[in-house]
Amino acid sequence: MRYDYLKELSMHLTINWPNFTLYASLLGGMLIGLAASILVIFRGKIAGISGILAGLMETENTSQDHHRWRALFLIGLIGSSFIYQLFAPLPEINISASKSTLMIAGLLVGIGTRMGSGCTSGHGICGLSRLSPRSLVATITFMFAGFVVCYLFLHAS
Amino acid sequence: MKNIITLLAGLIFGLGLIISGMTNPAKVIGFLDIAGLWDPSLVFVMLGGISIALIGFKLVQNKSQTVFDDPIHLPGKTHISKELVIGSLLFGAGWALAGFCPGPALVALGAGYKEAFIFVIAMIVGIYIHDRVLKTCKGK
Repeated sequence: MRYDYLKELSMHLTINWPNFTLYASLLGGMLIGLAASILVIFRGKIAGISGILAGLMETENTSQDHHRWRALFLIGLIGSSFIYQLFAPLPEINISASKSTLMIAGLLVGIGTRMGSGCTSGHGICGLSRLSPRSLVATITFMFAGFVVCYLFLHAS
Repeated sequence: MKNIITLLAGLIFGLGLIISGMTNPAKVIGFLDIAGLWDPSLVFVMLGGISIALIGFKLVQNKSQTVFDDPIHLPGKTHISKELVIGSLLFGAGWALAGFCPGPALVALGAGYKEAFIFVIAMIVGIYIHDRVLKTCKGK
């Protein structure tokens, strides 16, 4: 039964060749890996965006550096669009979700990444690079949820 | 120096997200939609990222301090809890609904998209709900 399902899925898995950006995605991914390496080598920190953002919102930790490195990293991240468009036009961004969907999605991502201690960057890139079983479980889990919810949202109605 | 490096790390991370195409929710949903026309790009973003970060983490593996004498604190690798799984399920669900995860949403916010602004505000509220409200309730 399960075999049949997988077989059927692989038969129906059609690759979107025109949208598939192998080299750009590989190069962009390598830059993300470089940034994560720089952060851990020079600051001893994990480049997990959800954790960095949440740490910035902490008020109990009064250490100046706690807030400073997080703020600096996020300024660099948010400012990257500005720097990029000095050299080339920004690639298009298509957001099809409605306002209410964006709100629900944002809430789920906020609560979920905190409860699960990480997102695509912290678990998916950094955790897997550290060969962490915990991050492997998290990555498989959020990918699985992503596939299922995407299917329900796009094809089940 | 330390501060400039941190700022640059954030900038390089963001440029990587832009170049890889991951700041575009339509592209992320193209990856998650395995029943439609499937865009495998995200797999290669992860492979590219892991290939370089593997080296970075290898370099600090046996170190307890950075070159600036700051402690290197890395989270544990083995503790697999109920929270880890439930949290990741919720995150994956939200990720698929909007096509945004935290990094790309912040970059799109920087590019001036109001949809990203709505998402980021909701995400901050979500973080607040978990870290303040839920944790305080649990603590009592």
